[in-house]
Amino acid sequence: MARRLVWVPPTLFGLLLLVFTVSHIIPADPARVIAGENAPAEQVEALRQRFGLDRPLPEQFLRYAMDVATGSLGVSLYTQRPVLDDLLARLPATFELALYAILISILAGVPLGVVAALRRNGWIDQVIRVVTVTGLAIAAFWLAILLQLLFSMKLDLLPVQGRSAGWGPEPITGFYTIDALLRGDFETLGDSLRYLALPTLTLAIPATATIVRFTRAGVLNVMSSNAVFYQAAMGIPRTVVIWKYILRSALIGTLTQIGLVFGNLLAGAVVVETVFAWPGLGLFAYNSILQSDYNAIMGFTLFTGAVFIGVNLLVDIAQSLLDPRDR
Amino acid sequence: MKTLRRILRDRALVAGLVIISLLVLAAVFAGTLATFPGDVTGFDPGARLEPPGPVYYLGTDRMGADLYSRLLFGARLTIMVAVLATAVAVLIGVPMGLVAGYHRGWFSDLLMRVSDVFLAIPQIVLAIAIAQTLGPAIQNVILALSATYWPFWARLVYAETRSQRNETYVEAAVAMGASPFRVMVLHILPNIASSIIVRTTIGMGGTILAAAALGFLGLGAPPPAPEWGRMIAESREYLPQAWWYATAPGIAILLVVIGFNLLGDGLRDVLDPRIRRGADGN
Amino acid sequence: MGTDLLRVEELSVTFGTEGGVAQVLDQVSLSLQLGEIMGLVGESGCGKTTLARAILGVLPANATIRQGRIIFGGEDLLALTPEEAGSRIRGRAMTFVPQDPVGSFSPLFTIGDQIAELMRWKSPDREADTRAYSRSRRRSDLARTLAMLRAVQLPDPPQLLRRYPHELSGGQRQRVMIAMALLPEPKLVIADEPTTALDVTIQAQILKLLRTLATESGASVLFTTHDLGTAWEICDRITVMYAGQEAETAGVAPFFERPAHPYTRLLLDSLPTGRTSLQGIPGSVPSPFAPPPGCRFNPRCPRATGVCAEVHPAEAEIGPGHAIRCHHPLLAAS
Repeated sequence: MARRLVWVPPTLFGLLLLVFTVSHIIPADPARVIAGENAPAEQVEALRQRFGLDRPLPEQFLRYAMDVATGSLGVSLYTQRPVLDDLLARLPATFELALYAILISILAGVPLGVVAALRRNGWIDQVIRVVTVTGLAIAAFWLAILLQLLFSMKLDLLPVQGRSAGWGPEPITGFYTIDALLRGDFETLGDSLRYLALPTLTLAIPATATIVRFTRAGVLNVMSSNAVFYQAAMGIPRTVVIWKYILRSALIGTLTQIGLVFGNLLAGAVVVETVFAWPGLGLFAYNSILQSDYNAIMGFTLFTGAVFIGVNLLVDIAQSLLDPRDR
Repeated sequence: MKTLRRILRDRALVAGLVIISLLVLAAVFAGTLATFPGDVTGFDPGARLEPPGPVYYLGTDRMGADLYSRLLFGARLTIMVAVLATAVAVLIGVPMGLVAGYHRGWFSDLLMRVSDVFLAIPQIVLAIAIAQTLGPAIQNVILALSATYWPFWARLVYAETRSQRNETYVEAAVAMGASPFRVMVLHILPNIASSIIVRTTIGMGGTILAAAALGFLGLGAPPPAPEWGRMIAESREYLPQAWWYATAPGIAILLVVIGFNLLGDGLRDVLDPRIRRGADGN
Repeated sequence: MGTDLLRVEELSVTFGTEGGVAQVLDQVSLSLQLGEIMGLVGESGCGKTTLARAILGVLPANATIRQGRIIFGGEDLLALTPEEAGSRIRGRAMTFVPQDPVGSFSPLFTIGDQIAELMRWKSPDREADTRAYSRSRRRSDLARTLAMLRAVQLPDPPQLLRRYPHELSGGQRQRVMIAMALLPEPKLVIADEPTTALDVTIQAQILKLLRTLATESGASVLFTTHDLGTAWEICDRITVMYAGQEAETAGVAPFFERPAHPYTRLLLDSLPTGRTSLQGIPGSVPSPFAPPPGCRFNPRCPRATGVCAEVHPAEAEIGPGHAIRCHHPLLAAS
């Protein structure tokens, strides 16, 4: 456990170094990249002075590290606000999306994976396999557009874009659904859920496919283990063996996948939020790309990387708590 | 011969092979198969946003260009990006993993830490940063993708080399005076080759999806390049009326990725029965 | 015959594999008395593990029983449904000690939890067909468990129950396995190479423990091994198998001193006991996909004649409790 915590600071430092390399070392002229292609020469020069981009590299890095350490990720050239503020404001929206997507993918994926394993090579297993292969091969942005086309535009069942019809509920957590529930505002709750539906579904489909695959493999692994054989040899009822032993092993195995799934969700969020105009981190990234807002993009990269590291750490801790072998 | 028969018996593998062969054929013969080969760069404002029909098999886009023809030429882009990005990543990552896995000491540790940092961030996020820095061009997409992919290979080969290192055949080779280079390349590498081949194939699918995503975000080859992801992004304005505009490139991507995934899964079943029922899928 | 606890009659089992149909067991017969310890000896692939699993009723899905009966306590086990065999026979009158004490435990539950699970379903105090686990029975089961753990010479049983399997040594785990096999008060314990995975230094201890406890409780033991030395340590009788057929069954003393089957003779001759040169048996074990007809040892047997390659010998009694399948035994039939 301590070992996991010990590796976090160096990894974060490495991340810092990596983003610094991409933003300050790779470009021929970092000042120009930040200012934009069309900026006049004086503006580029002014930027260079202001950000100390003509100083030696180690000094630049030190300056960069100090900035980040004091909580500054630069100022967005587009919104003129500190990048960190923008990112923090948008974090809950993306988290809400990711949370529901993961919940759905686990609730749907684990049982499907277990069934597929228990009825291995049966017709239900084949069907599940076809569906997961497709789910894993589909581009998230395309799936988003398809769902949007079908359910919003053609069938008019769900909203096309956005997070809510009007203003969201008064913020407590930043999660529209939870906040609405806490305030007893069921109308807003329903509204939020309607807007959540398509983006969440889009993210949940590939995530479910991943979880089905890994759960299936995990259950098959346990089923062929000596422990299960021993229990069968001693006549322990099959239902007990399945529910108590196989499922628990499978669930712990699924937990190890959450980190991977979450990474895919963050990646998918960029394009999915774009399609549905969902005001989260992903849309921020997309807008920043459109505006060539370089500071914002680099801030986004650093921020998202740190978030991902944090989530993986939590998953690792949870895993070590659940698996007796790790304690 | 027995291997060939086993290959043909695996239906998924055959399906994957067929799809990929079609893809390669489409790319190679795009010039002859396309009905409007000029539409890669040319356009016809009079034929804007035509639905699929006898003239324009899959409809036309916002510039009046024939989607079917552009898709065929886009296949070339897709293959090129996927193959190059994967190849570069493998050519960098595999040797690194071999060396780090074979030796011990600070270099191995350092290499793995570096890989871990890269892997600590979702691939597309870092790829966006790199692509944005370098500017929209097809070679930058390839660079961004391979720069974010090689650590995966380094880690994988590192782990496999580490576990092979303790096998008796390695001990034997070292005892007979083989240099580290010989041991790594002539002894260890062949033993992990099938694993590499399988994952390369499956990785192609992921690379294609990542490239399409970058294209969708506007970070790929600039217009008028017939990049499938970009075409889907362009189509958004014209939905729901011009449904074919979004559907056709999307189906192309789907089929190609399915093809590579099936091929990879099938190869794994055939080449390495050891991991056939392993923890990696089925 | 009447006092047989277990009687296997002409059992034949095949496995369906990618390489074809493997004839793993061919008309194997065996009988085991009450309170007797029998060793099932043979090289790898001779079918001893398959035989043990067939008796238990846990053959893999690709196994087919072609013919034969397994009479246990008066009834034919092969006539039972898998569910019946599982609930009524296994874990009660017939229990199991596995070869792999590491992997046979679930790593996620404590030793105590796993024994409790067993006792919940298989405790001798359990009334049939009730799922209820009363508090009084829990207490009495716990007392039994602690007593049994002491009997297998494990220190501090209450503390042990709270441990996880990975915290124990191999020898300790196997002792727990033996305890679990004896708790349901079985009539027959089937042990599949119970000491193969253990350190040589503790193998003898574990074997003696098994023998002592089994004898005390009156249970019979059928255990498989490829090591004649192990069999000699604790068995009353030994059955040796070759290539899916049983060759000879004899009491320990007659087996080692006056073997009747040519294979047994050659096997004993190949034991490296104070010799200057090793003596093997020429030839190799036949493939189960294309076994030789008749007696499967005939291609390597120095006494083989034409009839050996045509007819699988019937079981013949040479002496009390000494049976053999051979057309040309080294000792005459009585």
